[in-house]
Amino acid sequence: MGPFNRVEGDLEVELEIESDQVVSARVSSSLYRGFEQILQGKEPADALVYTPRICGICSVSQSVAAARALAELTGVSMPRNGDRAINLILANENVADHLTHFYLFFMPDFARETYRSEPWYESIANRFRAQTGSAAREMLAARAQFMHLMGLMAGKWPHSLAIQPGGVSRSIEMQEKARLQAILFGFRRYLESQLFGDSLENIVSLDSADALQAWSAAHSPDRSDFSAFLEVAGLLELHQLGQAEDRFMSYGAYRLNDSDSFAQGVWETEFEPLDSTLITEDISHSWMGYQTAPKHPFEGVTLPDAEIEQAYSWCKAPRLDGKVVEVGALARQQVDGHPLIRDLVSQSGGNVRNRVIARLLEIARVTLLMESWVREIQPKAPFCDHAAMPLEAQGAGLVEAARGSLGHWIKIRNGRILNYQIVAPTTWNFSPRDAEGQPGALELALQGAKLRAGEQEPVSVQHIVRSFDPCMVCTVH
Amino acid sequence: MSDQPSLNLLWLQSGGCGGCTLSLLCAEGPDLFTLLESAGIHVLWHPSLSEASGSELIELLQSILDGEVRLDLLCLEGSVVCGPNGSGKFHRFAGTGQPMMQWIERLAKVAGHVIAVGSCAAYGGITAAGNNPSESCGLQYDEHEKGGLLGEGYSDESGLPVINIAGCPVHPNWVSETLVQLACGELQQQHLDHVGRPRSYADHLVHHGCPRNEYYEYKASAEKSSDLGCMMEHMGCLGTQAHADCNTRLWNGEGSCLRGGYACINCTAPGFEEPGHPFTETPKIAGIPVGLPTDMPKAWFVALASLAKAATPKRLKENAVADHIRVPPSRKPGEKT
Repeated sequence: MGPFNRVEGDLEVELEIESDQVVSARVSSSLYRGFEQILQGKEPADALVYTPRICGICSVSQSVAAARALAELTGVSMPRNGDRAINLILANENVADHLTHFYLFFMPDFARETYRSEPWYESIANRFRAQTGSAAREMLAARAQFMHLMGLMAGKWPHSLAIQPGGVSRSIEMQEKARLQAILFGFRRYLESQLFGDSLENIVSLDSADALQAWSAAHSPDRSDFSAFLEVAGLLELHQLGQAEDRFMSYGAYRLNDSDSFAQGVWETEFEPLDSTLITEDISHSWMGYQTAPKHPFEGVTLPDAEIEQAYSWCKAPRLDGKVVEVGALARQQVDGHPLIRDLVSQSGGNVRNRVIARLLEIARVTLLMESWVREIQPKAPFCDHAAMPLEAQGAGLVEAARGSLGHWIKIRNGRILNYQIVAPTTWNFSPRDAEGQPGALELALQGAKLRAGEQEPVSVQHIVRSFDPCMVCTVH
Repeated sequence: MSDQPSLNLLWLQSGGCGGCTLSLLCAEGPDLFTLLESAGIHVLWHPSLSEASGSELIELLQSILDGEVRLDLLCLEGSVVCGPNGSGKFHRFAGTGQPMMQWIERLAKVAGHVIAVGSCAAYGGITAAGNNPSESCGLQYDEHEKGGLLGEGYSDESGLPVINIAGCPVHPNWVSETLVQLACGELQQQHLDHVGRPRSYADHLVHHGCPRNEYYEYKASAEKSSDLGCMMEHMGCLGTQAHADCNTRLWNGEGSCLRGGYACINCTAPGFEEPGHPFTETPKIAGIPVGLPTDMPKAWFVALASLAKAATPKRLKENAVADHIRVPPSRKPGEKT
């Protein structure tokens, strides 16, 4: 199946179908650009220009990863205002991405013809149909106003140069702090009236599957887009669709005073700390050459070879201690320990419904955090520190993009970039098989997907693919 | 314009980041969907906006090529990917097995107008940086050279070349205004500049409306990121040479690169991705910045600059290297309160 649209980039999925279900899947990223090659030999600071342009939807996340990697090279410190400003800019992108995903990428599939006979079809299709549904227009207006934060703090979006290793290039004055508060208030009003039909505080305090069930029962589907989604998710049993291995990873999100607002870690059966030295990339099924065994990104090589026989993707296969992990909002909230997500995952694991719930929950959680960061801004204090670039060093920058864990690993020699390796969220989720034959997270999640009567290209596959909020341009870069 | 026949638009993406579409989604007053509707533009397919996926899309593309569906506006976002070794295999259009460059070429032949959205589609852009590992080029340019995928001689049935809405990313209004002008039949050759950009935004300089103009006039320069001074002398700013209206039109409400505190890197120009020096450092010869403002004789610039430097008020000198206004404008002697 392909091309898959509404995934940010180009994607192909090869399915093996027996009777009415998918028995095996191969996921192929079909575009190679070569950013890691482009960066070789450049001045380290130029990474701040090139890497955001890997991706138009994770642009700030790429900036933050690059700035953190550069900060490790120089050892520069970060004033508190720098943390707050970067968190706000990053949160602005991540929350806007979650909205874009829900309204433009994910929900329009429920307006497809295949669902026409469902009792909920008409109201859902009127609200969410691609291009003409009423929800997207409202969302785009609210999103554009929300992104005035970018205009104030980052100059523009995407592709800002405001994020620096030691803070931000743009200081915030008192009057701008007041504007930021007003922007967030307007955005909160949109979320509470359209998306949730309830206060953000009530949404983040949903603490169990039962509490969510009760909330859903008390909020009819016409009350808000969240309640409409919960109804459809229940009737279509989306919690039984798209489970992978349920090993979740998060690099930790929104740093403040050297600690993360959402914890860093790994969850398999319980919380474990993350050891990023155990990350490797395997190229056995990628159109990549010149690397014989899986390597840590500091030692990684990215050189394409379109003629590798068993290969089927430009994407490499990242593994943590040799294992497949899933990343994204669900992983982030599971690792952080939000009680609703922990309960949902304990009942039904990672699946289409739970991934979407985690994303919407995170919109509420992060918007509340944004309000607190704005309040804490100290307009007359510094926003940026500086330090000289050494001639020889290495550094890593780990960050959470909307769709999961993003890492940059940089090595410099003689003041120039010797090696720059990038492992993006969808590289983790949509990886091809590795040398052991282990399928990637999406490949696993697609196994067992059921076909509806008469389907050639199953809509269940559309739901599963998009539930990961894939970003294909980041995946291969 | 609702009485006009609708125009069919097809949007494809290749060697790029999708950021021009994401920027376009920030369109305000009105939102993107309302705007397209106002111009009578019907979106046949767009990678981020359309329902159709897989075989539904491939059938649509085939019916365009067969002449069953009219294609009025073909937009490409992202470069044309020609590698490796001219094969185009670095981007095979998913589900088709065929190089995207072949799809683009075939569709361009039947399109009413061909529009390059962003610097990658226009000239190669960021995707062609370094040693251009993906062998990327633009639709009708390969960086500064005419040619590209469609060739120097290409023109559409109305005689227009590829319309290059360059920028990294594009401002949403650059795209929407160009599309509306095309829909009204008002865009002509004379409205495009020497590298195919709509003059509506490319006849301006980023310098116009820069809030740091006073620092520029007195050569009160920023020395490090977050300083308030002019970024031309030390920080690599190309705003005095860059063709765009970023500081009069503004981005995401009230922003621009300069207003965000960082240098203009001239992203609407062919070849901007390889400036030949670090992006945020101004190259100098004998202490004088190499790239002088467009149209300005060098001797005059040097004379004016040294004069201005001698006259720089203390207020600008101090504020230029601070991250907040340290010295406010003083009152004139004897001024009444």
